[in-house]
Amino acid sequence: MELDRDKCCYCGGCVGICPENALELRETALCIDGERCKNCGLCAKFCPVGALTKDENS
Amino acid sequence: MKIPDYDAVVVGAGPAGSIAARFLAEKGVKTLVVDKKQEIGTPKRCAEGINLGGLEKIGIKPDPRWVTSEITGSTIHSPGGGKVVCKFSKGYVLERKIFEKHLAMDAIRAGARYMVKTRAIEAIKEGDKVTGIRAEFMGEEFTINSKLVIAADGVDSKIARSAGINTTNKMTDYHSGFQYEMAGLNLEGHDMLHLYFGNEIAPKGYVWIFPKGKDVANVGIGILASQSEEGNRARDYLDRFIESHPETFGNSSPIEINTGGIPVSSSVDTFVMDGFMIVGDAAHQVNPIHGGGMAIAMKAAKLCAEVGAQAIKEGNVSKERLYEYEKTWRETEGVKLQKLFKLRIFLEKLNDNDFEKFADILSEEDIIKLTNAEYKSLFKTFARKAPKILPLALKFLSG
Repeated sequence: MELDRDKCCYCGGCVGICPENALELRETALCIDGERCKNCGLCAKFCPVGALTKDENS
Repeated sequence: MKIPDYDAVVVGAGPAGSIAARFLAEKGVKTLVVDKKQEIGTPKRCAEGINLGGLEKIGIKPDPRWVTSEITGSTIHSPGGGKVVCKFSKGYVLERKIFEKHLAMDAIRAGARYMVKTRAIEAIKEGDKVTGIRAEFMGEEFTINSKLVIAADGVDSKIARSAGINTTNKMTDYHSGFQYEMAGLNLEGHDMLHLYFGNEIAPKGYVWIFPKGKDVANVGIGILASQSEEGNRARDYLDRFIESHPETFGNSSPIEINTGGIPVSSSVDTFVMDGFMIVGDAAHQVNPIHGGGMAIAMKAAKLCAEVGAQAIKEGNVSKERLYEYEKTWRETEGVKLQKLFKLRIFLEKLNDNDFEKFADILSEEDIIKLTNAEYKSLFKTFARKAPKILPLALKFLSG
């Protein structure tokens, strides 16, 4: 997944939907664990502001 | 960093965490609260509404330092522009970031200790038993040993998942939320909550206006996560709503943006394991109909702390002992939330025409009954006035 930090409002809502437990919100920084992430896109679909997009290269 | 051993470590200093901490500390339990944020209460992820009963049940008196407005009911706006006014007992819209700080102060005065900017990394386990947490503060990692760990770390709970309880939300039981706190509004009346329904307005959710004064309000939206897509996200729907109501929003501007996920599953499957309990949003303890969670979380936190304190005193924090919390919750609040969960599924099946009919035939009293999960007398109304909806209502709401 790719994160647009300019859009992210760091609510952590995506963390609660990630089936792989690949996301973590540290204060205002959303962190993506590239090893766990399967690029399923649920977080991107959920995001209220569209800050996440699927990584087309993976 | 060397941290002394504690009887109880609470992860998360929101309403659930601080209420649990206060009740634990009042019972003489040596309690530490850790919160990853450097400032408790900020940013808010909440529309800030609560009814008086929700505060009274945990022994909190409304305080002008964190109450912004008094509310006497809600106006439901149907897709076609119809209105149903429901008066209920007194409620408030809070300044939640101040409220949360006061809850923390109360817990500290009761004897609890707090650490902020302290991130719980994972639960430490010996076999199936949780014995503490690994945490980090300003780049330094350390362990905290504790007889009991309470996960009150919200929708983005990591600690419950690391302990082995799945708190992950499903797209069909999760709302995508977006909100502006706005000033300069032209509100119809600032003692009522306003709720707007309709598939074009908020698919399988609603838009809310929660007044925080004469011309200030939280203006937000929740839509079912499975309905969210590029171009039709929570933010897009809310912006369109605001644009279509210049009479209310023409002279207003945002003073905050808030976003968040809202669990509407009614609860996770398990609240306890050896040495471990979950409470609040992390346990999905949220009203599935309106998405409100503060009152439910605080009430559950009190129960959680009472059982936890007793278990610590008895020297038995086994899953079986702590299950008293889960059992009591499921037999009381849980029953109601289960029923409201069914109501949510029923409402999601209605199209705008059905909803219009629904709003048309239901009285204020009927709607209050609905929100209290009392459905029986409604079937008669449906049979008489909306026979088309009756089979659906019986399927989802009976039993």
